[in-house]
Amino acid sequence: MDDAVIAVALVLVAACATVAVATRDPARQALVLSVLGVVLAVLFTVLQAPDVGLSQLAVGSALTPLLLLLTVRKVRRRGQREESGR
Amino acid sequence: MSPRTRLWLVAVGGAGVAALLVAACLGLPAFGGDHHPYGDRAVEASLAHRTANTIASVNFDQRAFDTLGELTILFAAVLGCVALLRQTRDEHRARPEPAEVAPPVRRYALLVLPVALLTGLYVIAHGQLSPGGGFQGGVAAATALHLLYLGADYRALERVRPVGLYEVGDGVAVCAYLVTGIAALLGGAAFLANTLLPHGTFNTLSSGGTVPLLNAAVGMEVACAVVVLLARFLDQAVEIEEESGT
Amino acid sequence: MDVFAYLVAAWVFLAGCYGLATSRNLIHAVGCLSVCQSATYVLLLAVGYRDRATAPVFSDLKPGARPVVDPVVQALALTDVVVGATVTALLLALVVQVSKRHGTVDPDELSELRG
Repeated sequence: MDDAVIAVALVLVAACATVAVATRDPARQALVLSVLGVVLAVLFTVLQAPDVGLSQLAVGSALTPLLLLLTVRKVRRRGQREESGR
Repeated sequence: MSPRTRLWLVAVGGAGVAALLVAACLGLPAFGGDHHPYGDRAVEASLAHRTANTIASVNFDQRAFDTLGELTILFAAVLGCVALLRQTRDEHRARPEPAEVAPPVRRYALLVLPVALLTGLYVIAHGQLSPGGGFQGGVAAATALHLLYLGADYRALERVRPVGLYEVGDGVAVCAYLVTGIAALLGGAAFLANTLLPHGTFNTLSSGGTVPLLNAAVGMEVACAVVVLLARFLDQAVEIEEESGT
Repeated sequence: MDVFAYLVAAWVFLAGCYGLATSRNLIHAVGCLSVCQSATYVLLLAVGYRDRATAPVFSDLKPGARPVVDPVVQALALTDVVVGATVTALLLALVVQVSKRHGTVDPDELSELRG
């Protein structure tokens, strides 16, 4: 039973990671990464590592995607102004 | 290098690494095996120092010096971000317009904020007892504060978050960690050895000797670091604009 | 099941490396690097797992009553999750600087600029 749950979580992690790499638009990738963060947190919990799961949940699903999105916004804002200035 | 050659190079290198990794995986002890000598000894050492959460004991007692290294990386990374994302001379601040927030979002954010903040602080405080600790709780508490950006607006967030204070807090927390380590040294033991305080009663808030102290220092450090980082990135994304023509 | 968890970690790592090598946007590359990082956590925790064991937290468990999984690898992964996030932030700060100085975040265009 435990093994089945772990196997499902592992497959989900592998799938999410592949989708995250294949998503070329950084804003969309940030959203996929936050899903990956949640799935990793689930995997860590079923692997009996609640401590790591907690920190992965806080960091992977909130902090890292937020930083990525803020960077995307900064870079895009620059790009738009340059286009309109030309 | 043309993209085509590069893709070939990646394919050849990746195939080589993949072959080595698979060979290494086949040589590892089987998943779920019963042989964990290092882990078993860590559990014994943790129980001897009356720390209920073995992971906190490994982080802040048995491998406290290693955690000091991690803290240094964290501190250096934050320092680098602050230096890289500061406002330069050819940039100016544009005051962001107060944005309209949908009432349900505002209600939800303001309702969840105190709960999330309290959860973060609880997780820090109970690090040596239950799953959690300074690393997780610090991130949770710091991100919770930013619900204010969703619920109210950027100005409100800036008022409750004097960034300078958090930058000082970051440094103070690292110093607190070092001072706890040096105190053990003055007490005649090794640097960061857990001999300073009585180990207390198993499974109470004050158990584990210096583990709660180091845990609290790490919680403060991580919370301040995340607040400072997010503040710098929000500044860049929302406020700071370059002069036209650069 | 014996090596499946390790193979998943290897797959995630290689996928992240492929994304890094073929990325056309530095922000996307930083995202791929964080995928690579998560592979190391999967590998560490898989090595420390023990069948029919529980988490190494004794606040509601009598010591010795049940086998526990390896706490050392968990402590390693735990600190790196948080420290890794701040290093990601540092990389993103560098990306912001690159975009300011050169007006692009495409690594190919950047190497052309240098000549």
